[in-house]
Amino acid sequence: MIEFRMPSLGADMEAATLVEWVKKPGDRLKRGDVIAVVETQKGAIEIEVFNDGVLDEILTNIGEKVPVGRAIATIRGMDEALGPALRAAVPVAAPEKIAPVTAPPEEAARPPPETRVVQAQITPAARRRAQELGVDLAAVKPGLGGVVGLDQVEAARPVIKERPGILFDEMRNAIAAAMARSHREIPHYYVTSTIDVSRLMDWLEAENSRRSVPARLIYAVPLMRAAALALKETPELNGHYEEGRFEPAGRVNMGVAVAMRGGGLIAPAILEAEILDMDELMERLRDLVARVRGGRLRSSELSQGTVTFSNLGEETADSVLPLIYPPQVAIIGCGQIAERPWADHGAVVVRRTLTVSVAGDHRVSDGRRAAQFLTHFQQLLHNPEKL
Amino acid sequence: MTKPHTSKVHLSSRHAIELLGQMILIRRFEETCAELYGAEKIRGFLHLYIGEEANAVGVMQALTPDDAVVATYREHGHALARGLPVREVMAEMYGKASGSSRGRGGSMHIFDVNRRFYGGNAIVGGALPLAVGLALADKMQGRNRVTCCIFGEGAAAEGEFHESLNLAALWKLPVLFVCENNRYAMGTAIERSESVIDMCVHAQSYGIPAEAVDGMDVVAVEVAARRMAEEVRAGGGPRFLEDKTYRFRAHSMFDPELYRSKAEVEEWKKRDPIPRFARWLQDAGLLHEADVAVVEKDVARVIEEAVAFAEAAPWEPVEDLLRDVYTPRTDTAVRR
Amino acid sequence: MTLMRKITYREAVREALKEALECDERVFLMGEDVGRYGGAYACSKGLLQEFGEQRIRDTPLSESGFVGAGIGAALGGMRPVIEIMTVNFSLLALDQIVNNAATLRHMSGGQLSVPIVIRMATGAGRQLAAQHSHSLECWFAHIPGIKVLAPATVADARGMLWTAILDPDPVVIFEHATLYNEEGEVGAEGDLGVDIECAAVRRAGRDATIITYGGSLKKSLAATEQLASDGIDCEVIDLRALRPLDDKAIMASVVKTHRAVIVDEGWRSGSLSAEISARIMEQALYDLDAPVARVCSAEVPIPYPRHLEIAATPQPEAIVGAVRGVMRK
Repeated sequence: MIEFRMPSLGADMEAATLVEWVKKPGDRLKRGDVIAVVETQKGAIEIEVFNDGVLDEILTNIGEKVPVGRAIATIRGMDEALGPALRAAVPVAAPEKIAPVTAPPEEAARPPPETRVVQAQITPAARRRAQELGVDLAAVKPGLGGVVGLDQVEAARPVIKERPGILFDEMRNAIAAAMARSHREIPHYYVTSTIDVSRLMDWLEAENSRRSVPARLIYAVPLMRAAALALKETPELNGHYEEGRFEPAGRVNMGVAVAMRGGGLIAPAILEAEILDMDELMERLRDLVARVRGGRLRSSELSQGTVTFSNLGEETADSVLPLIYPPQVAIIGCGQIAERPWADHGAVVVRRTLTVSVAGDHRVSDGRRAAQFLTHFQQLLHNPEKL
Repeated sequence: MTKPHTSKVHLSSRHAIELLGQMILIRRFEETCAELYGAEKIRGFLHLYIGEEANAVGVMQALTPDDAVVATYREHGHALARGLPVREVMAEMYGKASGSSRGRGGSMHIFDVNRRFYGGNAIVGGALPLAVGLALADKMQGRNRVTCCIFGEGAAAEGEFHESLNLAALWKLPVLFVCENNRYAMGTAIERSESVIDMCVHAQSYGIPAEAVDGMDVVAVEVAARRMAEEVRAGGGPRFLEDKTYRFRAHSMFDPELYRSKAEVEEWKKRDPIPRFARWLQDAGLLHEADVAVVEKDVARVIEEAVAFAEAAPWEPVEDLLRDVYTPRTDTAVRR
Repeated sequence: MTLMRKITYREAVREALKEALECDERVFLMGEDVGRYGGAYACSKGLLQEFGEQRIRDTPLSESGFVGAGIGAALGGMRPVIEIMTVNFSLLALDQIVNNAATLRHMSGGQLSVPIVIRMATGAGRQLAAQHSHSLECWFAHIPGIKVLAPATVADARGMLWTAILDPDPVVIFEHATLYNEEGEVGAEGDLGVDIECAAVRRAGRDATIITYGGSLKKSLAATEQLASDGIDCEVIDLRALRPLDDKAIMASVVKTHRAVIVDEGWRSGSLSAEISARIMEQALYDLDAPVARVCSAEVPIPYPRHLEIAATPQPEAIVGAVRGVMRK
C-alpha cells in the first residue's frame, strides 16, 4: 500500500486546497493519471499519480487545505486486498539540514569597561587610552565640539598611585624591556676619560665643613651640575630619538640612577637640572632618593628624562659602560673616586681620580662630540667654586 | 553513434532504435524528475522537455563530439542526448557533489566541459552571445567546428538575440542557431509577443539562411540539422533552424497553464514524437513492439540506477562554500 | 637601476596592450572604434595597422553582444581584452558581466574559466552631463567572481593591464577619463606587471588617513599639500584594487593615524566608501579618534554646467574640510 502525498509544485508552494477528486476509491490508476485538482495561489492545478494500482482510500475532504508532503490518499497494488493504509515504503529522507552559512563574526576587541557614566562624546581610541593610563574619563575636559579624544586623555595623564612593591615590579619590568630595546636598537659608542678630581674634592670637603650636616653636598652633585652645564653646549647628547628623528631637548632633564629597595636601578629625572644650583640639586636628589625608597615617583619623572647620569658611588668599580635609556641618546657614567698614580709635569704623583664614560647614540652623535662634552665637563670640575 | 560529416540519414534499424531510445530516455527522465520534484527531492525551478524530445535528439545527431552545445534552462534533454551520464545529470538535479556541475548549478545549469556542453543558461537570450564567442574563438584559432546554440522563440524578443545574430552573420561565424519554437514564452503566446511570428524571417533579416522544420518529427529534425551543420562546417557562416514544436507540460512545475486550452494541448499530444515514431517504424518493418518494451525496460533500469546514485551521492561540505569563485593560483604565464 | 621614462596614461595603456598582443597570439582587442578610429580615447591608436583587423576588432554598437562574445571566446581559449567605451554604456552589458562572466566558473562547479579583461573609461569632470558621467565602480566591486581595478597612476595603468591579461579570471579595469593625458614615470619597456591586489601608500603621514582611488587620487594629494602647510600631515592610500579591497593596508594606516577620510567619486549612498567605512568600523573601531568621514558625489545626476559639476563631485577643498573635521581643528 502506498501513501499518495500532496506534491510540491514550486519553490514557494507550502500548501494547497483540495477542490476535486477526479478518481474515486476502487478506480484503477495508471501512472500519469490525474487523481485530483488542487487550488494554489497561482490557480487550479491537476495532480497526477506515479504508480499503477487501485485508489484505496481518500484521506482528505473537498475544501481542506493540505500542506505539501501530507498523505491525501492511499493506493494499493492490483493484487492487494482492501486494508488500512500502511506507511509509505519509500522513505522520503530529507537532505541533511545545512545550516545557512554566515561569515564568522570578527573577533571584536573587548571594549574597555566603563567605570561611570560620562556626558561627553568619547572616541573609542580615547576610551581605550584612558583605560591604559588609568585616567578617569569623567574628569577629562572635552575638547573641540565636546569630544574627548586622544589629545584630551593624554593631557590628563595621572600621578602614579602610591602602591609600593607592586608599582616597582611593573617598573622593573619596564626597565628590563627598555634595556633590552636599548641594546638591540641603539648603536652605542663610548668615550672615556679619567679626570683628576683632587681639586674638586678639596673644595667640596672645605665647603661641606662650613655647612651644617643637612646642607652638605654629596660629590655627585657638583658632577651632575657640571654635566648639566656641559650638556648645554653639546645638544646632541641631550634629547629624545623617536621614529627616526632626534628631537634635541630645550632643557636638561637629568635622569639620576638610584638603587631601588630590593635591587635594580631606576633613573627618575630631575627636571630642568641646568637651571638648578647645587643646593637645589642636592635637595631634589635627596627627595628623589627618598621617594624611590618609599616607592613614590611621578610618571613625568620617568618619561621626561633627556639624559641620564649614573654614578657608581664609593668603593664600587673604576668605570662603567652603561646602556642608554631609550628614547634618550646619551648616558654619563662615573666610576668610584680613588687615589691613583698620576703624571704631573713629568713627575708621578698620587691624585684622587675619577673615570667618566659617555655612551652616545651613534645615530645622533659621534665620539668627537662626546669628547668635547668630556673636555668641557672636566674644565668645569677644575673650577668647582664657579659651579 | 553519430555518423560524421554526412547529411544523409541512414535509417537502419539500429539507428532507428537509437533515436527512439534517446527520446524515451529523455521522456522517462523528465517524468521521473516531475515525481521527484513533487517529493521535494528536486527544488528550485524545473522546466520539463516533455513533448520536445525530437528536437534535442535530432539536432545532436548532426554534431560531432568536438562541436559545442549552448542551451537554455530547459536543457535536460539536450544534456542526455549529448551523452552526459544520466547519473551525473540526476545528481545535479538533486544538488549533490557528484552532479555535472558539482551540484552548484541545479536543473538550470548543467555544464560538462569535456563534452563541450556549455549549459544550462537561465537568462533568456543570455547565452547567444556566448555561442557567438565560442565560434569566434574557433574561427580565430583556425579550428573547423560548429557551435550549436539552442534557444526558445521567446529569446527573439531580447536585444541579445539580435546582437548575436548580427555579429555571427557580420563575422561569418560557425554558429548553428536552433530555435525551438514551442509557441509560448512562459505564459505568453508568440502571437502576443512578436510582430513577426515567423522566426526564419528574423534570421533572414540578418542575412542568415534559415529553415523551419516539424519539431515533432525526429527524422525531419535530423535531416535538416545535418544539412545545416554541414553548411556551417563548409565555411558558409551561420545557419538558423526553426523547430516547430510543443511542450506538453507547463512552463515549469508551478504553472496552472491558464494561458492555453486543454484542447490545444490534447491536439498536440496526438503528434507526440515518441509513439508517432515508434508506430511509423513498426509500419515500416524496422521495429517490433517487443523492441520498444526492451528499450523501455533498459531506460527504466538506467533511470532507477541514476536515482539511486543521486540519492546516495554526498552533499558538498559547507566548508567548501567559497570555492570556485576565482581560479586557484597557478602559473599564469603568458605564452611567448 | 631601470631606466625611468615619462609617458602619458593613454600611452601606458597602449604599451601594455601592444606587449600583450606581441607576446601572446591568444590576446585580441575588441570594442567600439578600437580599430579604424584608434580608440575613443586613442588608447589603441596604430594598433590596427600593426596587428590587423582580426586582432584589433571593431564591433557594432552591441555592448551585450560583444561582451558576451568576448566571454564565449575566452571559454574557447582566447584572451580577449574587451573595451566598453565608458561605464555608462556598460549597463547594457551588465547581464553578460554579472550573469555570465562572474558566475560561469562557479555554476559549472569549477570546470570553466573566463580569462577576460574588460576596460572602460569612467567618471565625471568634462561636462558630459548625466548619462556620460557615472562612477559605478562600486556596482562591479559588489560582485563575487570578478576582479575590479582602478589604476590611478601611469605606472599602474601599464602594469595592472598586463597582470590582468595574465589573470585567469574576469578583470574589470576602470580608467578615469580625466587621467588619460596625465604624465608619469614608468620603467623600461619589457619591465611589466604589477600586483593587482594591494593598495599603495602614495604619501606617508601621521595625523589622518585619506583613502581613495582612481581619478580622486590627484585631488586627494592636492588637498594634502594645503593641509601640510597648516601642519596637518596626511597619509594617502591609493586602493588600486576595488575588489578585493586591501583591508590590511587600510587598517594598518588607520590604526596609526586614528582618523580616516574616504574620497569616492560615486554617490554616497551605497557607495564603495560605505563598504570601506563599515570595514574600518569592524576592524579598527577602538583605534578611531573620530567617525570615518566620506567625501563623495552629491545625490544628484551629474549636471552639465561647470560650476555645478564641480559642486557635485569631490574636490580638494571638501577633502581639506573633511580632514580638518576628523582632526577637530
